[in-house]
Amino acid sequence: MSDVKPRIRLPRSVKAGQAAEVKTLVSHVMETGLRKDADGNTIPRMIINRFTCEYGGEMVIDMALEGAISANPYVEFDIMVGEATDVVFTWYEDGGAVYTQTEQLAFG
Amino acid sequence: MITRRETMAMGLGVATITLLPISANAAADEAIAAYTGGAAVSEGGVTITAPEIAENGNTVPISVEAPGAAEIAIYADGNPTPGVAVFKFGPAAGSHRASTRIRLGGTQDVVAVAKMPDGSFQQAAVEVKVTIGGCGG
Repeated sequence: MSDVKPRIRLPRSVKAGQAAEVKTLVSHVMETGLRKDADGNTIPRMIINRFTCEYGGEMVIDMALEGAISANPYVEFDIMVGEATDVVFTWYEDGGAVYTQTEQLAFG
Repeated sequence: MITRRETMAMGLGVATITLLPISANAAADEAIAAYTGGAAVSEGGVTITAPEIAENGNTVPISVEAPGAAEIAIYADGNPTPGVAVFKFGPAAGSHRASTRIRLGGTQDVVAVAKMPDGSFQQAAVEVKVTIGGCGG
């Protein structure tokens, strides 16, 4: 789907050894597979089923999502800040599509 | 003629029937049992935060926190499918908490089950009253 657009908010500045709060949101319908269209046909399930965040090659959070997650899935969590700057966010969609975005932490 | 004994028996039958609806959320219990592998789940150790009343069941903000937990799973016992999400915390996690927004089909309990590194499980539940359900249809 072309309308999958991640939005990520990192703290303005971070310090090594401290937790940094990360807020992520990805635009996605999260179609549950339970709804029916106007003709009574079931709309097939199409959701983001997994979300991961990696920092410095290590996993921060690995989330499994079900249809009960709201449209435009929002996830908030903390990273333990170390030396590395790159944070890699990955969303896995039903059907195999993968969306990745890399962000940089700003040390201050 | 109805004897006193028969009346008592009928009363027992009614009592049994009224007890049955407790298993209405059996699907959630089964899902939790599948996640824990049937291990005993103790209360506490997990904090789940959700609004007492959610006007719109399509997007209900919830937060879970379980210090030291390896994973936290969330279940909604009144939804068509009880599973909501599983958070696995990695070595680079800054805390053992996460927040997200979920769909609730109606007023129900939301349950958080935390898997501790030693393989034990802890859970907490919170009731959310939903004004408008979020499962379409």
